[in-house]
Amino acid sequence: MQMRDFVVRFAGEGGQGVVTSAEGLAQASTQVGYHALTYATFPSQILGGPTWTQARISVDPILSAGDDVDVLVAFNREAYDTHREDVRDGGLIIYNSNDFELEGDDRSYGLAIDELARSTGNNRAANMVIMGALAHLVSMPQTYLEEFVEARFRRGRANDDEIIDSNNLALKLGRDETAQSGFVLGDLTPPEMPEYPQVMLKGNEAVSLGALAAGLEFYVGYPISPATTILVFMERNLVGEDKFAYQVSSEIESITAILGAGYAGKKAMTATAGPGFSLMSEGLGLGWMAEIPLVVVDVQRGGPATGLPTKTEQSDLLACMYPAHGDVRLPVIAVGTVEECFFGAVKALNWAERYQGPVILMTEMALAERVQNIHRPDLSKVQPEGRLVYDGNNGYNRYQGNELSPMPLPGSPGAYVANGSEHDEMGDTTHLPSRHIQMTERRFSKLKLLEENDYEADNSDEPVMVMPWGGSKGPALEAYNQLREQGVPVGWYYTMNLNPLPPALLAELKQKELVIVPELNYQGQFSGILRSQGVNAVSITQYTGLPFKVRDLVAQITEMNNSHRKEMVRA
Amino acid sequence: MSKKNPEYDFKWCPGCGDFGVRRALELAMINRLEETGKPMENNVVVAGIGCSGNLVHLLEGNQPYGFHGIHGRTLPVAMGVKMARPELNVVVVAGDGDFLSIGGEHIGPQAARNLNICAVVMDNGVYGLTKGQSSPTTQLGTVTSSTPYGKIEAEADPLELYLTLGASFIASGFSGQPRELARLIGQGMDHEGFAMVHVQSPCTTYNDTFELMKGNARKGIDPLLYEVPEDHDASDRGAAFEMIHRRGVPMGVIYKDETRPSLEQRMVEVRGKAPRRSVDELMDSFAF
Repeated sequence: MQMRDFVVRFAGEGGQGVVTSAEGLAQASTQVGYHALTYATFPSQILGGPTWTQARISVDPILSAGDDVDVLVAFNREAYDTHREDVRDGGLIIYNSNDFELEGDDRSYGLAIDELARSTGNNRAANMVIMGALAHLVSMPQTYLEEFVEARFRRGRANDDEIIDSNNLALKLGRDETAQSGFVLGDLTPPEMPEYPQVMLKGNEAVSLGALAAGLEFYVGYPISPATTILVFMERNLVGEDKFAYQVSSEIESITAILGAGYAGKKAMTATAGPGFSLMSEGLGLGWMAEIPLVVVDVQRGGPATGLPTKTEQSDLLACMYPAHGDVRLPVIAVGTVEECFFGAVKALNWAERYQGPVILMTEMALAERVQNIHRPDLSKVQPEGRLVYDGNNGYNRYQGNELSPMPLPGSPGAYVANGSEHDEMGDTTHLPSRHIQMTERRFSKLKLLEENDYEADNSDEPVMVMPWGGSKGPALEAYNQLREQGVPVGWYYTMNLNPLPPALLAELKQKELVIVPELNYQGQFSGILRSQGVNAVSITQYTGLPFKVRDLVAQITEMNNSHRKEMVRA
Repeated sequence: MSKKNPEYDFKWCPGCGDFGVRRALELAMINRLEETGKPMENNVVVAGIGCSGNLVHLLEGNQPYGFHGIHGRTLPVAMGVKMARPELNVVVVAGDGDFLSIGGEHIGPQAARNLNICAVVMDNGVYGLTKGQSSPTTQLGTVTSSTPYGKIEAEADPLELYLTLGASFIASGFSGQPRELARLIGQGMDHEGFAMVHVQSPCTTYNDTFELMKGNARKGIDPLLYEVPEDHDASDRGAAFEMIHRRGVPMGVIYKDETRPSLEQRMVEVRGKAPRRSVDELMDSFAF
């Protein structure tokens, strides 16, 4: 049987190689021209705890991690029991026979993973045993994997050959054992190497690189899942004369330190998740009030308070758009793919400089930890923006006028007080009603500078549209494509610019009979915002801590479209 | 604000200690301008919330840059400014409520980092702007609007706190002697590291301690204030500890450690170890 893609789930205990196996498979496959995408979920502990990672390998570009598992690799009994239900009809299970034995399951076979690895003289080659087995199941040529081993382990060390030989032996052992078991899944169609240059990135790496490309100069952060890897990246890579990357003692320090840096003229950013974001509330209001450019990345996880630290959700939208007390509405960019993580970060930094205030970049756990091959971002297309700086000599007041005005920088003429209290033109505190009116309107007027007609539209003449946001883009787009193939008359909208929405998109949305918004939260946060702007939007919600399944979206969108049509006929 | 601004309606009460601290800061910044030749705009005054924070608007003459943010967060804001632009002279002005209560969590980390700024704390032992509630430095047993039957929490000892947390410069001063205070602030600014200048700045409305500070022979009140003796060895942590625990309020430099590198100096050191890669080179490491 020819297969265009296949989905492998690795499940076991943290520390057993669940994540590295999936990422190794993804790397090996992309190197020969396949597309790959992983979905990872972690236990909230350092070692141990049930964990699983899914890798989808395909001849075609990939939109979601896949609903159905073709092969389950169960490292222990608990993993087998938990995940075997998710294996599709006709799928297979490889279990670690060094850990447990099974009888009477006609779609499973045991692989002595640890023992086979040990027999190569390289205990760390267990991943390769598994990869060899998987390669046999989908008839992937041995040479593909040997190329990967060569690329990964040829590092100019004295024992390179030894390491490479043991890994190749592990591949062969896994393959031979599997051949003996008699199981096969099908023939994975040979890949075609894309002609464009590629990189393999996690979402958080793409955010970090995008921020650097946009000219980031100052980063501080506090460790919090799933945003920590951005801090770690910056500590290593944001270096140089005028650069600063540092771990501070709380998220309150994070936000206030980047307020100081932004005020002093630097492009400044921090990244956090829900609990840290809550602590930044007052500081974000200050950034809006005192008009200080800065970027906060919210890598969403589940639930209020400590919630679900290592699961995915899209439930921070209201908090991001209205993070502070008083009249505040912050610009929000939400990204939906690893590639958008890069370009969203560029946009966030540019927006902050352009309108002189805080910008929120929203991503989520499933994206942050996703490994995906993407088109290498073309750095020559990145156009970093700088803020309007006051370069005159005297007589100028920082908060002059009813809209954006040049910002004086410490050290140069134009001294003023950046003030979080309501203030007059020079930044001195005032309580005059006329001044509060003027300054409130001034602050909101600046949002207009961010109105960009940057959005996706497909079949936009349909009366019913699907419009996800953030990381639900992938499953929703895959569902949309299936629906169109089935002849279901729905159209597609998508934008990263959640606030302000692209004006042309908003105008189109208002004309639609129904806009269906798949989103991972209980309240239907984005559809609520759309309704408040005069759009007839209804959400498909899910709050499991997991991403949408494409199948569920296809069913629900079909059903919503049908009942909408019946209603229209009745009316 | 260099000229009178009719819109700005905040006033300190007559006799407020903060007038003296303002004068002292103005003098210290003018001296610095004359000594270094750097413009007044090279100074950034990061102010807390409360009576004392309004100092940033009430400065007269040549104006420095100011930042009047949110309650308790002067230190991390100052860190952002300083580490973004190490060539700037960053001064924090805050009261005992802002700095020691809501902002208390920020002192330890900045002291450990030896952030190169000077923090001037105006201690009046009360929340003045909210009309007389107890603060960390209000004495045990004191009746205030929020402690109607007497304060039941021990008073903080800020100087001991700074020493314990590792501030590398600690001075104590009095708002009633602005010239002497200006010298202390000047030394704090010149110190390459985390400099604390703790100032007794009495609140004439809710906690008038002028008489206690200066003493009153007719009433038999001995002054709390005394000059730090010339033979005090400020580099001796033990001597500093002893002085802090003597009765009274010292005026002068209590502790000074010039051997510790500041955060920016350490940053320069570790940067030397870091490989520098362009975004393009970083991207290469993810290419396949």
